[in-house]
Amino acid sequence: MKNDAHTIQNTRRSLWAAVLVGIGVMAALDEIVFHQLLQWHHFFDFSTPAFGILSDGLLHAFELLAVVVGVFLLLDLSQRGWLRVAWAKAGFFLGMGGFQLFDGVINHKILRLHQIRYGVDPLMYDLTWNAFAIGFLLIGFWLLRRARNGAKR
Amino acid sequence: MHSHQAAPLDWLPFLLVVLVTFEYLAAAWLQRATSAGWSLWRCGFFLLGSALLAIAFWPSLMHWAHGDLVGHMTLHLLIGMLAPLAWVLAAPVTLLLRTLPRMWAKAVVALLHRRFLRFVTHPITALLLNIGGMYVLYLTPLYALSLHNTVLHYAIHLHFLLAGYLFCWSILAAPDASMHRLSLRFRLGVLFASIATHSLLGKLMYAEGFPRGTGHGLDEIQAAAQLMYYGGDLAEMLLAVVLLTLWLRRPVERRERLFFAVD
Repeated sequence: MKNDAHTIQNTRRSLWAAVLVGIGVMAALDEIVFHQLLQWHHFFDFSTPAFGILSDGLLHAFELLAVVVGVFLLLDLSQRGWLRVAWAKAGFFLGMGGFQLFDGVINHKILRLHQIRYGVDPLMYDLTWNAFAIGFLLIGFWLLRRARNGAKR
Repeated sequence: MHSHQAAPLDWLPFLLVVLVTFEYLAAAWLQRATSAGWSLWRCGFFLLGSALLAIAFWPSLMHWAHGDLVGHMTLHLLIGMLAPLAWVLAAPVTLLLRTLPRMWAKAVVALLHRRFLRFVTHPITALLLNIGGMYVLYLTPLYALSLHNTVLHYAIHLHFLLAGYLFCWSILAAPDASMHRLSLRFRLGVLFASIATHSLLGKLMYAEGFPRGTGHGLDEIQAAAQLMYYGGDLAEMLLAVVLLTLWLRRPVERRERLFFAVD
């Protein structure tokens, strides 16, 4: 370890690279489980406003690149000996939870890209969805605290 | 509709692919005898690209795709995205420059540095040619016209191949050296724009029933639009993985920093 500034940078790098992976993994799970396997989500919801469709393209591109770039950033950090696994774990869960919450609130409710399930009252689904998101975030924050304490010791 | 009997001219694209492949392998054979050599991996990539193109250009398959939008999209994916990526990885320009006599090689380099070629090999131009071309093709009556005009039909497929090649090359800027010195971050940004506009087009086609005036049912158009959306995702993620793999293969000390500042 060269100095403190370097250590702080590495923890931050490890955290954010893993956040990207978490976002990408959650987006992929959403696509595979809810769009393809369950077929609850629809490819296109005709009640989506125009700005929702536009932003969907940008979000989609971000999700795809997040997982690829995140994995390669982690590999890069690991090759340089800069990877801090405890921070990366925290970042992964924060990324998953953050994306899930974003998807549940912004995508489903504000942009109205699609609902979780059609032909039912979505309220319970929305609550469950976002409860899971908060659960992931809590795990992420717990891991973050552990990483911080581990660094102090 | 044309007859299902393949006319001799229908074999032309297929035969051209075979010819180009033969030329590549002959040149690679010559290079392998020299001290510099030529990688078998590159030969493998070229053969892979050629095989994908040979399948796509097989006359009876092209005939089927001509009348079926999902088929058309499959061929589009092969010709415009997957095959060009494999060919770019085979470094054909480097091979050409090494194989040609010095006079000719100099002429080719001079040609590559002409303003027009510098312009079309820029990632943003390549993006516009590639995705912009798709917007024009599917959202205007051009696609419907191409169903009845053989010359237009072939021109469009040639455009897919050339634009796809330029795009993959401009993003990777390797293994053939790029004329533009653009950062990895910039090229990833262009790839981001490509994915966003490409998936937006897929959704537009799905929702609005493009291409119109073709006699295809909405079901078929929607299936084709979804194939375009997911197939494009796959191809563009593959391109991102290749780009970052080439990046990660560089030694740590010569590796460009991606997002975090250097200490």
